[in-house]
Amino acid sequence: MAQGRSTSRDLERYAGLFAARTRVMKSSAMRDLMAVTARPEVISLAGGLPDTSTFPPDTFAAVTARIAAESCAKALQYGPTEGLLETRQCIQEVVAAEGIRLDADDLIVTTGGQQVIDLVTKALIDPGDVVVAEAPTYPGAVPVFSSYQASVVQIDVDSDGMRIDLLEETLDRLDAEGRRPKFIYTVPSFQNPSGVTMSLARRRRLVEVAHERELLVLEDNPYGLLRYEGEAQPTLRELDGGVYVLYLGTFSKILSPGIRLGWVAAPAPVLEKINLGKQAADLCTSTLSQLMVQAYFEQGHWRDYVDSLREIYRVRRDTMLDALAEFFPSEAGWTRPAGGLFIWVTLPDFIDTTDLLARALRDNVAFVPGEAAYLDGRGRSSMRLNFSASDEHAIREGIRRIGKVVREQVALYGTLTGKREPLQQAQREVAPPDAPLEEPEGGRVVQLPQRMRRHDRTGES
Amino acid sequence: MSRVAVLKGGNSLERQVSLRSGARVEDALERLGHDVMPIDVGTDLVDRLKADPPDAAFVALHGRDGEDGTVQELLEILGIPYTGSGILACIRSMDKVLTKHLLLDAGIPTPEFFAFNETAFRELGAAEALPAIEERLDFPIVVKPAGQGSALGIKFASSAEHVPAALVAAFSYDSKVVLERHVKGRDLAVSIIEGDGEVAALPIVEAVPREEDFYDFEARYEIGRTEFICPADLPETVAARAESLAVGAYRLLGCYGFGRVDLMLEEATGELFVLEVNSVPGLTETSLLPQAAEAAGISFDALVGRIVELSFERAGTPAA
Repeated sequence: MAQGRSTSRDLERYAGLFAARTRVMKSSAMRDLMAVTARPEVISLAGGLPDTSTFPPDTFAAVTARIAAESCAKALQYGPTEGLLETRQCIQEVVAAEGIRLDADDLIVTTGGQQVIDLVTKALIDPGDVVVAEAPTYPGAVPVFSSYQASVVQIDVDSDGMRIDLLEETLDRLDAEGRRPKFIYTVPSFQNPSGVTMSLARRRRLVEVAHERELLVLEDNPYGLLRYEGEAQPTLRELDGGVYVLYLGTFSKILSPGIRLGWVAAPAPVLEKINLGKQAADLCTSTLSQLMVQAYFEQGHWRDYVDSLREIYRVRRDTMLDALAEFFPSEAGWTRPAGGLFIWVTLPDFIDTTDLLARALRDNVAFVPGEAAYLDGRGRSSMRLNFSASDEHAIREGIRRIGKVVREQVALYGTLTGKREPLQQAQREVAPPDAPLEEPEGGRVVQLPQRMRRHDRTGES
Repeated sequence: MSRVAVLKGGNSLERQVSLRSGARVEDALERLGHDVMPIDVGTDLVDRLKADPPDAAFVALHGRDGEDGTVQELLEILGIPYTGSGILACIRSMDKVLTKHLLLDAGIPTPEFFAFNETAFRELGAAEALPAIEERLDFPIVVKPAGQGSALGIKFASSAEHVPAALVAAFSYDSKVVLERHVKGRDLAVSIIEGDGEVAALPIVEAVPREEDFYDFEARYEIGRTEFICPADLPETVAARAESLAVGAYRLLGCYGFGRVDLMLEEATGELFVLEVNSVPGLTETSLLPQAAEAAGISFDALVGRIVELSFERAGTPAA
């Protein structure tokens, strides 16, 4: 018999070798459920994916042919850690469209925007240091903060974005406890996952708070150019002028997530640390990807493509909002994003959206359960829905299926409690779809969940 | 050397765990010199098995389809020897309600419970019976889907107001749910492996959650989040009784080859209760049965080898 590859002994052996930080890097039931959403028959409203099928294959062919003809050896070679100058010039063009003036030296090209979150956290956070994030926050940022053993404090979001009054209260409280946060992480425009946009007044105040308290702000702006209605808001970076705001951008949503290209703009001393961190992480961003961006930008049509995406996604957003109004019960509420990729739905608090996902998967439809966007167990009655990655037919059908399951659960709960109490938690989006919007950046927003973790999850079986 | 298909993955909610069990089994089979045919179970399962029939199928599927007798039925039809329990034992053990009734009838202690399907609430006014149930079981009450293999959907209702939401959650997984008295105490697993015509209990594993006050789905499959003690530190008489109850439950349901019986040792009374029987227990790095086998001096490869041999024995075909 082959020598036993032992289990418990191995287990102990490896357990003893793991870094303390891995204890908070957890896989979850939800992640295991998400594995089932990849089945082709599942309508997935779960991803955060742009629709790359809209990108013209001819353009892709022309771009790669040009690289092959003109810069083959360079494309196959390492590059500078901060990125190719040509690529940084393309980035200057993109940020200019958002009202930001940057020198090429203010920038580092990164392997997607996700790497910026990682590098900034690596540069700033010692175990136990405080990161302030939104509640709900971008689910993909959670494992990053966790892996550096940050203590994450989440500030509630409403229809005007992060509640700056709560932020200030929280900062005071932390101050009183002798804990000084290192940075505030925010997605001010069309936030992932809630879809809401921070108002101008709050943007101004946030930048003031950063200056008053000498705190850094990591502004994550992947969707800024994907606005479907209303006026663009100035970025925090523009308002701040680059003193306390670190700015994260990406080509993922305006070109392709597959090329893995993002960037960070930061004050020189911070940028230097990020540069060193990046050197350690991956030496440099893919040269091939960077040259693809350069060749693509030289064709001069990148704005046209973003315009086409805006049109496609606007229609899909409207389809999803209409379908929600048609198929979801009156107990549900949702945000009305003016851009971006996501709608955030809040259900009555007796519905746990992780369990609901298990049920919805039987009807071949998927979403992201809200708990992924919180570190403190809240969000269990909410869900994130993506409208960019599915066509209108799939969106409508997907929402119909989820709505049916939600209605079943609401009815069952009514039966179990012997009454159908009006739920104060839930308000319905009341504006008819064609009504003029008073609040172009967020529409009416239902309260985001306030519930704390209940100790009602167990299994001794 | 035999050609062994490893059935894994599939569409069950435990897909990920099954893929991990399957991958480990494949490695072991290769080391044992078998020709391995990995199959991520899907709509082409029968076609694949018919086109290229293996000598045996190792069922490394957990949850729906793999553990409930469905795949076993197909393998019977195709005449392919397969590992583990047969159809009837799978049906019995996958359905916690059926299991618990059988245990009760046989005098094997299991926590007091009530079970309902959704129509009882929707059409027969079962909600009116909840107060009486709550009185009988006392809080906290464990609410769980009848047919979910993992800890998914299991809720702990600490008071009457939490029961309806817990039921809604459990009904997300199955049309039948169990409300069960919560047994506070130690979480024990008795793994069972057959050999030489005997049904033998392996050393008992105790699962002690490290950080959280419940034993949840996440902790269950993760290295470092639950501490497993094997053999569990138990008085000899308690260990012997746990083993005999486990073997009794395993035999009662008609399991074959291997399995795992989960029990609770009640802190207040010292009584043992059988919670459930798993006909296809996990075989991942953190799973309990392989740990128990290891503690008994049976390596993972030997364990897998024996499980495959037993499949041939049942089918009456000699191992190639």
